[in-house]
Amino acid sequence: MAKADVLGESLWDAYSNKVTTLMNNPQHQGEIFDAEAEARGNKLIVADFGAESCGDAVRLYWEIDPKNDEIVNSKFKSFGCGTAIASSDVMTELCIGKTVQEAVKITNIDVELALRDDPETPAVPPQKMHCSVMAYDVIKKAAGLYMGVDAESFEEEIIVCECARVSLGTLQEVIKLNDLKTCSEVTDYTKAGGFCKSCIKPGGHEAREWYLEDILVDTRKEMDTEKMKSAADAMAAGGGNFEEMTLVQQIKAVDAVIDESVRQFLVMDGGDVEIIDIKKNDRSIDIYIRYLGACGSCDSSSTGTLYAIESTLQEKLSDKIKVLPI
Amino acid sequence: MKVYLDNNATTMCDPLVVKAMEPFYSEVYGNPNSLHKYGTAPHPAITKAIDQVYTAINANDADDVIFTSCATESNNWVLQSVWVDHILNGDKNHIITTEVEHPSILSTCKFLEDQGVKVTYLPVNEQGVVEVHTVKSFITDKTALVSIMWASNETGMINPIEEIGKICKEKGVLFHSDAVQAVGKIPVDLQAIHVDFISFSAHKFHGPKGIGALYIKNSQALSPLLHGGEHMGGRRSGTLNVPFIVGMGEAMELATKNIQATMSKIRAKRDRLEDAISELHDTFVVGERNNRTPNTILISIKGVEGEGMLWDLNNGQIGASTGSACASADLEANTVMLAIGADNELAHTGIRLSLSRFTTDEEIEYTINHFKEAVARLRMISSSFAKQAPTKGGEVQECELHHH
Repeated sequence: MAKADVLGESLWDAYSNKVTTLMNNPQHQGEIFDAEAEARGNKLIVADFGAESCGDAVRLYWEIDPKNDEIVNSKFKSFGCGTAIASSDVMTELCIGKTVQEAVKITNIDVELALRDDPETPAVPPQKMHCSVMAYDVIKKAAGLYMGVDAESFEEEIIVCECARVSLGTLQEVIKLNDLKTCSEVTDYTKAGGFCKSCIKPGGHEAREWYLEDILVDTRKEMDTEKMKSAADAMAAGGGNFEEMTLVQQIKAVDAVIDESVRQFLVMDGGDVEIIDIKKNDRSIDIYIRYLGACGSCDSSSTGTLYAIESTLQEKLSDKIKVLPI
Repeated sequence: MKVYLDNNATTMCDPLVVKAMEPFYSEVYGNPNSLHKYGTAPHPAITKAIDQVYTAINANDADDVIFTSCATESNNWVLQSVWVDHILNGDKNHIITTEVEHPSILSTCKFLEDQGVKVTYLPVNEQGVVEVHTVKSFITDKTALVSIMWASNETGMINPIEEIGKICKEKGVLFHSDAVQAVGKIPVDLQAIHVDFISFSAHKFHGPKGIGALYIKNSQALSPLLHGGEHMGGRRSGTLNVPFIVGMGEAMELATKNIQATMSKIRAKRDRLEDAISELHDTFVVGERNNRTPNTILISIKGVEGEGMLWDLNNGQIGASTGSACASADLEANTVMLAIGADNELAHTGIRLSLSRFTTDEEIEYTINHFKEAVARLRMISSSFAKQAPTKGGEVQECELHHH
């Protein structure tokens, strides 16, 4: 929040003049019928996306010249708010005159750009970016019907945020490169999640297959594993002496060994272990651990399992290691 | 013609109310808690306003009516202080409310849930009304408070407050009602009906914005929400907002003194509007009109999305309201609409028209015409009434989006 948000923006004031004009008077609203298209020697494609029960629905009509796949005419019908109607209208405008192969390249971002009054000012407030996504989806569906392929085959990558068209690959890369730690950082860097917010976490406007929250957690886990692995690799290569490491390095090294050789067996039995502390004295290096889950109540945790952990750590890191469960 | 039909959101401040308030800005401006004559000068006007408020809801002299900044404050006060008094410092752990309350109740309940309180959100029937037996069945000996709105802001439907009050009294459970949509619209008689607390707000009955009140039966204990000086017996601190108190008193008197006559006038206009727009095919109005506040219509229009409808009405200078998700900042479907059900359609196609005693017959006729034109235009654009069937494989089997 800041001064500009004290009152907050009026939704309709944030619409461009073009959105307002097209909502009041859509140019391509209407239907094309099979018989008409046939009489002109053309093929009619009609595709639906959305439904009244989900708040927005659009029906797209393409009259296509079968000789060159050109969309010679296009109409729409829309159940939706002002921005949905304006987006549908500009979508049909963008389709007319293109071949089906060209039309399929139209994205929701093209639709939104076409609704702007000037190139620098968004045509709709962030939460309404989503309306133009419907246009993108229905075009894919129509093209799929005409070409006899699945609409999903036009998708080259997994799109996590449809509003800003940010792919899974981009997200993972940006998180890793910039060491991003929170979802809002991810939004700042990629714009993903900055519009209808559905892709941030479950429970938003629509259910998604991928969520930023999960992607962030998974990517960071992957980053940790990579770091751990490089630490372990360094150790294996003889580059590191456990006894001379900092506490953080030691914990990482211990965790890496447990991860590699022990954890899977504990997890299999419904348990786990965490490292609480490492204390060094003259005779030994004491590693304090805590058992989690089923391990806590397992008899073997103070005998066999403990021995296995200790001997693995001694072998891999230092023979001075003693493991003490708390 | 301009027509304001969003009186459940807020109302025009009655010019008579504004006139009553005026002297208390630059002429009589003393702090009522001061000892000098500047301080005592507004006392007669405040006393009159208190009388007007007590009379309007038929409160007993032993009861407290405490002025607050708004009904949101009143609602927060009851919930948070019942939590402090009876849950944190008592042996209760449970609050009962409904799924269709105002956000000032629902968000506060969510906050209390985060603090470990158990909250039951009761469903409503297809009329949008809470059923008495449902309330009864959820009360346990751990229940500290039942909080149920008197009338719904969205539907205007009136809950069986009298019966719920009886049950709460019988079971020894505190009963609060958010009466924001009832006070000034329908008779509220607190001698006839048992309620421990009610919240109400002046701007819903042609008073000023920024003042509400909490009624507390028998001046019973309830920790303050705002601590400070000894204003209003220490129950709610903050210098008395003299002009607003005067305005609220005046507005309550104007709204309630001939309430039966006022109600029937508003009802006649509402019924005329409702009958006319219900002639449109594929529409339905939520709730029996006899059990509704006399000023409210919530109508669902198949094939017409709520924000689009609001847009067209606005182009015709008509101010209405929609619960449609598309019209909200966060795109979240309105929980009230979802709770009433009706196949989720209401969440996208519901339009609320709410009249006031200032609504004229001419305005109603104008609205009927414009409403029908708007529906005709938007249905012409709507895919819901398209004739050409989709290409095979191009149809939608079910909702591909998932709303919560």
